[in-house]
This record gives sequence, structure tokens and C-alpha cells, in this order.
Amino acid sequence: MTKHLIGQGGMTRRGLLKSGMAMTAAGLVLPAGMAMAQTEPKKGGTLRIGFNSGSTTDNYDPGVWDTNFVQVFAQARHNYLTEIAADGSLVGEVAESWEASPDAMTWTLKIRSGITFHSGGTVTADDVIASINYHRGPESTSAAKPIVDPIVEMKSDGPNTVIVKLSGGNADFPYLMSDYHLPIMPAKDGKIDPTSPDGCGPYKVDDFEPGISASLTRHSGYWKTDRAHFDGLLLLALPDPVARQNALLTGQVDVINQVDLTTVSMMSRNSSIRVLSVTGNQHFCFPMDTRAAPFDDNNVRLALKHALDRQEMVDKILYGYGAVGNDNPIGPTQQYYAADLPVNGYDPDKAKFHLGKAGLDSLDVSLWVAETGFTGATDAGSLYAERAKAAGINITVERAPNDGYWSNVWMQKPWVASYWGGRATCDWMFSTAYAAGAPWNESYWDNERFNTLLLQGRSELDDAKRAEIYHEMQAIVSNEGGVVIPMFASFVMGVSNAVATPDVVGANWDLDGFRAVERWWFA
Amino acid sequence: MNEIWRMIGQRLLLGVLTLFIISVVIFGATELLPGDLARELLGQSATEETLAALREQLGLNDPAPLRYWNWLAGVLQGDFGMSMATQKPISELVGARLGNTLFLALYAAALAVPFALLLGVLAALWRNSIFDRASNALALTAISFPEFFVAYTLILWLAQSGLFPSMVRITGSTTTGEMLYMAFLPALTLTLVVTAHMMRMTRAAIINLLASPYIEMARLKGMSPMRVVLRHAVPNALAPIINVVALNLAYLITGVVVIEVVFVYPGLGQLMIDAVSNRDIAVVQAITLIFASAYVLLNLLADVLSTITNPRLMHRK
Repeated sequence: MTKHLIGQGGMTRRGLLKSGMAMTAAGLVLPAGMAMAQTEPKKGGTLRIGFNSGSTTDNYDPGVWDTNFVQVFAQARHNYLTEIAADGSLVGEVAESWEASPDAMTWTLKIRSGITFHSGGTVTADDVIASINYHRGPESTSAAKPIVDPIVEMKSDGPNTVIVKLSGGNADFPYLMSDYHLPIMPAKDGKIDPTSPDGCGPYKVDDFEPGISASLTRHSGYWKTDRAHFDGLLLLALPDPVARQNALLTGQVDVINQVDLTTVSMMSRNSSIRVLSVTGNQHFCFPMDTRAAPFDDNNVRLALKHALDRQEMVDKILYGYGAVGNDNPIGPTQQYYAADLPVNGYDPDKAKFHLGKAGLDSLDVSLWVAETGFTGATDAGSLYAERAKAAGINITVERAPNDGYWSNVWMQKPWVASYWGGRATCDWMFSTAYAAGAPWNESYWDNERFNTLLLQGRSELDDAKRAEIYHEMQAIVSNEGGVVIPMFASFVMGVSNAVATPDVVGANWDLDGFRAVERWWFA
Repeated sequence: MNEIWRMIGQRLLLGVLTLFIISVVIFGATELLPGDLARELLGQSATEETLAALREQLGLNDPAPLRYWNWLAGVLQGDFGMSMATQKPISELVGARLGNTLFLALYAAALAVPFALLLGVLAALWRNSIFDRASNALALTAISFPEFFVAYTLILWLAQSGLFPSMVRITGSTTTGEMLYMAFLPALTLTLVVTAHMMRMTRAAIINLLASPYIEMARLKGMSPMRVVLRHAVPNALAPIINVVALNLAYLITGVVVIEVVFVYPGLGQLMIDAVSNRDIAVVQAITLIFASAYVLLNLLADVLSTITNPRLMHRK
């Protein structure tokens, strides 16, 4: 067994590299004026957050969570095996530490002792096993099934040790365990109850009305003493962007997510609130079906990649709240980000050149868009079509209805608009959306070299070798991949000045990696 | 009086038939929508495997007529079933929302109906005066703006200054007084939206009557204009007024989803949109039936009231 990673507070080669990277990144992404005078976190108060999502179908079943409301609600009442810290590094939560066998196929997780559920019991290895098992097996309807599928066996070794055997080596396994679908819940007869709000997280649920609100109070037995500063939480579903802004402006909530970018400049004139923006891995993209003509020819894909003005899209679609993408889903804050790749810039001549190599004078393609693909997708499509004309490419923008977009258009039509919240590691992102045969490989891309490297990188425990592998993979994706990624979109939040935020705000997900509820406090 | 009872009985039976037809149409329409409950529940993260497992668990693999029959059999026994998406009984899910919707509808009606009738009577009384023209112009302006625009304008004037809250938050401990305060802006918006219709109908009905010989007779006897209108004209104008009020009440119950979204009001409209986008047919059916019943019952009520207020219809030979 190789001692590989140590939990919270520990520093490894990877951790050191990572936090260094994240510091630089944070300097880049936090706009000037964001740095607040830092005070020691104070306890108390009820934090009220207005969310862009929330539906009557929201529930306690971890297998189906997919909107901000339930994701933050989950992190408020649950703890996970591991946590992605605000700086992007991995720290232990329910798992205190972990070690891998040299082939990265067997992982031994040490469960932290003394963590209690809201209902009173102590977290044990059996709870952990039952919580993960819920997502496995043929009966599972969980969205996290692909994540836990490689687990072939889980067993406990005493109350504080869990041994996990994987079907193939995976150096990122502890990262995967931070996925928001995988909370640790109390087990009864080897099973968790997916209809119960019980968890071991910072707050316990008082009241939950799906699609309306949830209120929680602090869990008195919470094990982290330097976290969860609020006495209580009130999470409100405010899907209408104007209603959400009004709620913040009139002081009925303290924080809102997904500020409407068209009016953010007017909102920020109010001196009692501030706009918090972090750029992470969330990216907007246009995946093509690489099996279908004309997208099966990489020259056509390259022509399209050179036929859009990325900076213009960031300026006009994201109103500057984002960064230019380079057809590479790995964001600049990530550990193995390849910063030195050649940029696919706007170059109509180059696009024409690639068209010529594909044996074409001009190209007529359709691009299906809907606002549910990503906010601003329709405008982005029109902008794309306008710029592509110079390269002799005619893009017809087809507007699709939001309703049923993910089932009837996405991965059904040859070229569409889509978005990704991003994943914490290269392997996770690539194996979710770029590996051959992956269920969400939205471009149906199958690159032999890429797939080989993916397997190599996954079981490689040596950082230097992994960096090399992931560098090559990013170059392949950027150059040959079937997804045009014009921009990384920031998470833009509106925050009352009464709320204090840490220096570094998590960029892996919205609202400080969904953890605003336990990382922020009232000034 | 027997005639009235017979009419009520007949209309109720016809109403039940209407509801049945509506439920078939809605079921068919929901079936035609692309995607199904399993796909909507799992969303973007669905895989073929998990979809198949969820469809099996929810019984979505049964043929559509069988699923409709199962639902109908339940309803006939008074059981609206479970919401498949939330796994809660529909009565529980819909009950609280229905209460909220009715509260807002009644609140808005309590403001709008007296206001509209008063304006209508006064406008008829002082027709072609400045008052008549101004109230007509204002009412028509208010109805011509989209509802959300009226709502946002009110928020800008009345909520951002801190007078009234811009959103409604109802908890178990909310008192009626707090409800009236919080729901004031949505109720005011609805009032502005429905007033014009009722007011203009009142005005038109009364003016129409003022030209009749018996009104002239009353005038010649030397009655004051106010008395002519209130005692002689209004009773005969009641039938069309009652009809338009009933129509607007039905609208207040069924058509306020935009207002609900803007003011974050937890009513039936939002629930219905959620249910449609999730293809949660049982919930869609339940809410549709409530909406349809509102129309059927309010129309029936309007007809009964106009019959009662008209002696010629009450004492038919």
C-alpha cells in the first residue's frame, strides 16, 4: 500500500501544487473590489438564499438531484466522504484519510469517528457502505450510477474502515466520492431511506415544501467547529430572475444565485449589495455528432472552431462574466490545465483553408438551440452564424422549445447547444463526456489515442506522468474533439453586504461549490 | 323554484360529462407531449439503464388506455391517486395550493368587484363626463398592459420603497392579517387587470337601459339621477353584470400563473406548470379538473342568480 493522500489539513505533493494553482486562479477570477475586509467568522443569524430553481418534484432521494436548490439543500444537511475545498483541493470529510494500493484498484478509507447524525446515531462504516450501495446495482435509478459502477466490492473492516475494490485502477476515486449525489445517510438493515432528510451535515431540516422553500437549523452536534456559522437557513425557490433580484434588493433574501446578466450592471449600483463572480469549470458548448456527415470530418470541425469570435461571445453573451474557452473542457483552475495549447481563435481564412482540405467551398449546417441549453444560447447561435459567414459557412439557427430539449434535441440532432457544470478532475470530465461509449458523450466522439490515454491516466498514481498524459489529452480534444467550447461561464451571485464571504470562493459549483451555507457568515 | 332545482340538476350532470371529456383530452394531450415522466425526472443525467428501471418502477410501461382507466377508477372512488413525481398523495399536494389560489382569487375579487361596479355605475351616471372618460382610459390602459408589466411597475413603486413585500412567503404560522399584507400587491395587480372588463360591462348595461321608456317615466316623475340608476336601472342590468363577474372570478382562479411567478406566490398555476413539464399526469388531471369545475360552477351560479333576479324567468307560464 502506498500512502497517497492524507485528509483535511494534510499537504501532499498534489495538494501543494493544487493550492498554488488555485491561488493564482483566484487572483485572476475575483474582480477588483471583491476583496472584503476579512474578519473572524461570527456565529448567528439566519441566511436566506433565493435560488433560480426549485420544483414540486424536488425530494430527498439523492439519486435524482439535479438543480441548485436541491444540491445546496443536500450539502446543508449532509456530509460526504470527501469535499472539494474552495481552492480546488480535496479534503476529507466523513473519510478522514485514504490510501490506495499501487494499482489504484483497492482503496482503504478511514472513517472519522465521532460524527453524529441529526437523529442521534454515530456514522459508521456500515452507513457509508449502504449510502454508496444505494446507487449501485441493476435496480438503481440514480444519476450517480455511472460513477459507482466501477465499484465491484465494498466491505467494512471494523466500524471505522471501508475497503473498496474497483474493476480498474482509478487514482481519482476519492474525488469521485465528493459527488453531490453521494451523501452519507444513516443505514437501517443495510439500506438507507431515500425519503428521509436525516444526515450528518451542518443543519437539520425543520420544514421542506418542495418547489417553495426549506428551512433548517444548526445541528448542535456538528463535528466541524470552524464551519456552519449560521443559526439557521432559509432556502427559497425564486425561479423568476426579476423576482429573485427584487427579493435581494428589498432585503427579503441575503443571497441570490444566477443573477440575470442583462441587468447585473443596474443591480450592482445598489450600495447595500455586491456581485460575486467566480470562473470555474462551468462551460457552454456546441457539441456535434461526430458520426454524422459533415461533422465526421475533422477538417469541418476545425473550420467551425475557427469560425467564431470567442471573446465577442464572452463580451456579448456573458457580459464579460466568463472566460474564453479553447474547445477544451478542462478549466484554468484545474490542476492539470494545459495553458500552453495553441488557441483556436477567430480566423476566417484558416476556416476556409480547413474547408478546402475537406474538399468543400462552402458549408451549410444547422445549429439547434434553446435557452435551456444554456442561457443566451439563441443569441450565441446568431452571433456564431454572423461571424461564420466570412468563412463561407452558413449556419441556420434552429430554435427548439425548452420543454423536452434534453430528450428530443440534445444528443439527437447533429449540432446543438449544451452546457456542463464541469467536473473536479480531468478523468472525471473526460470519462463522463468524451470517452467512447460514455452515456453522455454528447459528440459521440471515439478517438483511439484519447481513450487509451484515458485508461492510462486513470490508474497512474505518479503526478508528473499524469500531467503529461492529461496535457496530450487536452491537446487532442482541443484539436480533434467534436465539441466547440467557446466560453467558460462564471457563477454570478448577488450577495448582501451583511454577508461575509471567504477570500477564496469555490469555483467547482455555484454558491461556493454548493457550500456557501457552511462556509459563509454574517459580518 | 322547482324549475331552478331542475336546471341545477341538469347543469351539474352536464358538468360531470364536461369534466370527463376534459380529462380524456388532457390525458391524450399529455401523452402526445414528447418525453415521459421518467425522462423528465432524471433530466439531463438520464441513461438508458436508469430510464428503464424508473419506468418499470412507475408503471409507465403499461399501455395508455390502461393507465387512463386505472386513474379514472381511482377518481370515481374519490381517490385522485399519488403524484408519481413526488410520491405524495395528490390531495395533500393540491390542497394547500388550492387554498392559496382561492385566497388570492377572493382577495382580488373583494377589491375588484365593488371597485369595478362602483366605477361602472358612476361612469354610466356621469357618462361622457371627464370622470367617465378618465376612468375608461385608465381601466383600458391597465388591462392593455401585460400582467407582468403591471406587476413589475407596482413592485418598482410600492415594493422597492419598502411599503409592501415583493414576494409572498406563507408558512404554517402566517396569520390572515399577514397574508392580507403580503398578498396585497398580487391582489392589486389582478384588480387592475380585471377591473376594466367588469366596469365597462356595467356601464354599457346601465346606459343601454337608461334609454328605455320606463326610465324616462321615472325621470319625468322627478326622481334624482342616482335613484333612477340604483333603483330602476341596476336591478334590470344585473344579469349581464353577474355573468361578467362570474367569468372574471373564474379567470382569477385559473389564469394567474404569471402573477404567481412574479410574486413567488405558491398557487395552483405553478404546480400545474411543474406537473406538465414533468409529465406528472395525475397532478395535471387533478388541477385541470379543479379549473374546469371552477368554470362550470361559476357559470352555473351566474345563470341561477340571473334567473332569480329576473321575475320573468322565475314565473314563467
